Amino acid sequence: MTNHLKLALIAATVSLLAPPAQAHRAWLLPSATVLSGSDLWVTVDGAISNDLFYFEHNPLPLDKLAIEGPDGKAVTPENLAKGRFRSTVDFKLAQPGTYKLSLTHQGLFASYKLDGENKRWRGKPDELAKAIPAKATDVKVTENRSRIETFVTSGKPSSDTLKPTGTGLEMIPVTHPNNLAVGEKATFRLVLDGKPAGNVAVEIVPGGIRYRDTLNDSKATTDETGTFSITFPEPGYYWMKASVQDDKSTIKDAQQRRSTYITTVEVLPQ
Amino acid sequence: MRLLISAALTTLAASSSLASEATISIDVPQLDVAEYHKPYVAMWVEQADGGKITNLAVWYDVNHKKNEGTKWLKDVRQWWRRTGRELALPVDGLSSPTRAPGTHQIKFDSASKPLEGLTPGKYQLVIEAAREVGGRELLKIPFEWPPKAPATGEAKGERELGTVTLKLTP
Repeated sequence: MTNHLKLALIAATVSLLAPPAQAHRAWLLPSATVLSGSDLWVTVDGAISNDLFYFEHNPLPLDKLAIEGPDGKAVTPENLAKGRFRSTVDFKLAQPGTYKLSLTHQGLFASYKLDGENKRWRGKPDELAKAIPAKATDVKVTENRSRIETFVTSGKPSSDTLKPTGTGLEMIPVTHPNNLAVGEKATFRLVLDGKPAGNVAVEIVPGGIRYRDTLNDSKATTDETGTFSITFPEPGYYWMKASVQDDKSTIKDAQQRRSTYITTVEVLPQ
Repeated sequence: MRLLISAALTTLAASSSLASEATISIDVPQLDVAEYHKPYVAMWVEQADGGKITNLAVWYDVNHKKNEGTKWLKDVRQWWRRTGRELALPVDGLSSPTRAPGTHQIKFDSASKPLEGLTPGKYQLVIEAAREVGGRELLKIPFEWPPKAPATGEAKGERELGTVTLKLTP
């Protein structure tokens, strides 16, 4: 059995147990991450797919995509469109420095029993009370928080936009995310609610899966300061994901909280 | 060839007085490709350990309207990452237009910028070329500065650059 098939099977099995979205990879893909000159534009694709970075499953809605400019001000996205397989949005890089693109999501997943039948529900926190009937039993609510990010730099990289917000799982780049090159060690830190996220597994998958037989993924684990390092073996776009589960949800009825962080970084050749 | 030698001799004669000289000769190859654009070329001197950089020249589309030629400077990838992105281009004495296929010579001396003040030590000359819809190539020539005797270094490109020579005269 090829690794691909195995993975598909694992994914299928996992999807029976967990919310279906987790069987796929969600990602943002900027058309460029390192730019020079003036009057620059970048287009960003958002999709949920198995392969990276191919559009073959569902679009990732980008209407809530936040683009933070080097000066900390929000940049207005333009030409927002949602297609069958992907969403796309453009933005102008009016000033030099690093832009952070982030798509955050907060949702609830509930499972419960009603008249002996197992039921599940997904929705927003304010819909929970209405969604679950009063006579439901064995109610289990999980908060799902996710943050999908990518970075784009015009000219000299800046670091003001790299600061975490302090909510959920986030990455603080120690090595600038738009200064990654093959064969050089890159270091990142994960923080949960602004505090070091130690002992967290990070999945790292290089793009271009369609043209190879193996996934070529690697795993890194953060140390007690939340830090992990990778030396990227090949140039290209990489997808990284980390997830943490705890019981620190701020939603009153949620027993569990899952915080996910996903980023796409581009690694250039030497 | 004869021309080159006599040029080198003239250099030698002229420089015997005060300043050490570095003459860089670059062959921009004639390429038989469907779509040809003159290469963007950056050259700089870096410490042998890859440390401090002294920019010598960058050839790009300086005459493009509204400075739009700078859009492709990032394709001169190594130069862009090491130093280009720190600069506000165009820079006087550094930026100049792209050059057509042929042999081009540029001369620098220790008495004037940018080599003025280059501390004695081991260095390498780095030349990087990137061509729109084409490829990229980077060549390095190690040398010692200031030269104690006339010296020549050479590197041969395979795609985007031809032969690059560095002639040093004390």
